[in-house]
Amino acid sequence: MCGIVGLYFKKKKLHNQLGFYLSGMLDNMSSRGPDSAGFAIYNNKEEKRYKYSLCINEKTNFKKFKQEISKNFKNLDIKTISDHVILYTSTKPQKVIPFIQKNYEDVLLVGYGKSIEIFKQVGNPKDIVKKFNLQQFSGSHGIGHTRMATESAITINGSHPYSTGEDECLVHNGSLSNHNNLRRELIKKGQEFNSLNDTEVAAGYISSKLSKKKSMKNTLEDCLVNLDGFYTFIAGTHNGFAILRDEIACKPAVIAENDDYVAVASEFQAMAHLPNVNKAKIYEPEPGVVYTWGK
Amino acid sequence: MGKIENLDFKKSSLRKINSFLQNIDFKNNKRDFTIKNPSGEHAICAGLKENMLVKINGHVGYYCGGMNKKANIIIEGNAGTGLGENMMSGTIHVKGNTSQSTGATAHGGTIIVDGDASSRCGISMKGVDIIVKGSVGHMSCFMAQAGTLLVCGNAGEALGDSIYETVIYIAGKPKSLGVDCIEKKITKTDIEKIKNLLKQGNIKKLKPSNFKKFGSARKLYNFNIDNVSDY
Repeated sequence: MCGIVGLYFKKKKLHNQLGFYLSGMLDNMSSRGPDSAGFAIYNNKEEKRYKYSLCINEKTNFKKFKQEISKNFKNLDIKTISDHVILYTSTKPQKVIPFIQKNYEDVLLVGYGKSIEIFKQVGNPKDIVKKFNLQQFSGSHGIGHTRMATESAITINGSHPYSTGEDECLVHNGSLSNHNNLRRELIKKGQEFNSLNDTEVAAGYISSKLSKKKSMKNTLEDCLVNLDGFYTFIAGTHNGFAILRDEIACKPAVIAENDDYVAVASEFQAMAHLPNVNKAKIYEPEPGVVYTWGK
Repeated sequence: MGKIENLDFKKSSLRKINSFLQNIDFKNNKRDFTIKNPSGEHAICAGLKENMLVKINGHVGYYCGGMNKKANIIIEGNAGTGLGENMMSGTIHVKGNTSQSTGATAHGGTIIVDGDASSRCGISMKGVDIIVKGSVGHMSCFMAQAGTLLVCGNAGEALGDSIYETVIYIAGKPKSLGVDCIEKKITKTDIEKIKNLLKQGNIKKLKPSNFKKFGSARKLYNFNIDNVSDY
C-alpha cells in the first residue's frame, strides 16, 4: 500500500512550520504504511557547505568515527538526531562518499546535498516522527513516506526516501516489475545501489537522466516509457518537487493548493490538518501527467 | 445506543457515528443529521439502511455511503475512492469532485457529482444512475451492466470498455471508446430519460439534444473466434 506525502511552501514566512505540518501528514498516513517511514527536508540555509545524512548503528564507534572524520573533512560540524547524523562540511562528495563507504561499513549514507537532509527508519511512522523530532524542522519543502513493504525486506535500506544524486530524492507508492533489468543496465553505466528495492532503481534512473541535464518534467515523462509497473512518485530537488502517476493510475494521489502551499498525499486524510485546506483547490492528478512546483 | 448530540469527528469516532446512523431509532422522528469535521475519514455513512438525510460538512475519504439503502447523503466537499460502492437505493450528492471508482458495482439509487469524477467511474455498475456535471476519467463504465451514466463534460480513454447494458449519455467527447462500446441512436425514450436525469441533477444549461448516447455493440457477449484478441 504505502503512503506518500509532500508539502511545498510558496511563502518564506511559513518555512518554520514545515516540520510541524509534515509530521501531521506522516502521522495520518501511518495506516497506509505501518512498517517503516522516512522524510526528506529541504532548506537552503547552507550556501557553501554540503550536508551528508548518515544513519549509524550500535556497532559504530561514534567517538572514533568523529575523530577520524574531523581530521579528513574541512569546516566540519556534526548534528546528531537519534541514530542519524548530519555532517556539515565543505569537503566535496567525490571525497566524502568513497571515504565513508570504504572505512565505515555499518554507516549508511542516506542522502547528501547542499539543501537536503534525510531521515528514515524501520518501525511505526508515528514513533519515527517523534524519534527524529520532525516537528522542529524548518525548510521550504519536505517529502515523506510510510511503507508497507512488498518488494524487498523491512530494513533501513528498504525505507524511503531514496536519494541517488545530490539534493535528489524519490518516494513511491506502488511496485515496479522491470526493476531488475533496469538496475543491471544502470549499474553498467556506473550507478550504485544499496538495496534490492524497486524504488531505488527508479530513483537511480531519474538521477541518471537529471545528470545529463534533462529537466525534471522530461525525466519523469521518460519514466512513463521505461518504468513498467504501478506508481505514484514524488520526486524532490533543491528547488521544489514533482509528481507523476502511471497511466493506469490505480495508486491514489490528491493535491491541495492555495496561495500559501501545495500539498500532495495518497489520501486527503493526510492533509486534513493543514491551514484552510477546506478552501484550497483540491484535485486528483491525471494519469501520465507530470506536475511540478518550485522556483 | 446512547444519544449522540453532535455527529462530530472531533468529539466521536467513525465506528460510533456509523453505528448510530445504522441503528437509528425514529421514535422522536428526527431524520436530519449533520456530520462535522469528517477530515477525509474512510467509510463514513457506510451501510445506512433507513430513509434519512445526512449532510456531511467537509471532505470524505474512501467508500463513503457504501452499500447505502434509502438514505439521502449530501457531501459538502470532495469524496475519495469508491463513493457509493455497491449502493442499493437512495441518493448521494457530492458538491465537489470524486476520486476513482465512483458508484462501483452500485445496484440502484442516484449519485450526483457537481465536479469531476476520476477514473473508472461507474465500473461494473449494476443499475445505479450516476450524474456527473463535470468530466469523468479513463475506463469509466468498464464492464458496466445496468443503469445510466450521464456526463456533462468529457470522458477519458476507453469509455465503456467491455460494457454490457449500461447506457452512457455524454455532452462532451470521450477521448476514446473501449472495446465493444459504440455510439447509438437517441430515441424518444432516451430523451425522456435524459430530461429526467437533468432535472434530478438540477442541470439547466444543457438540453437532451446536447447529448450523445453510447452503449454495448453486444459483440463480446458470446465467444466468437474473430474477437479473440479482444477478450
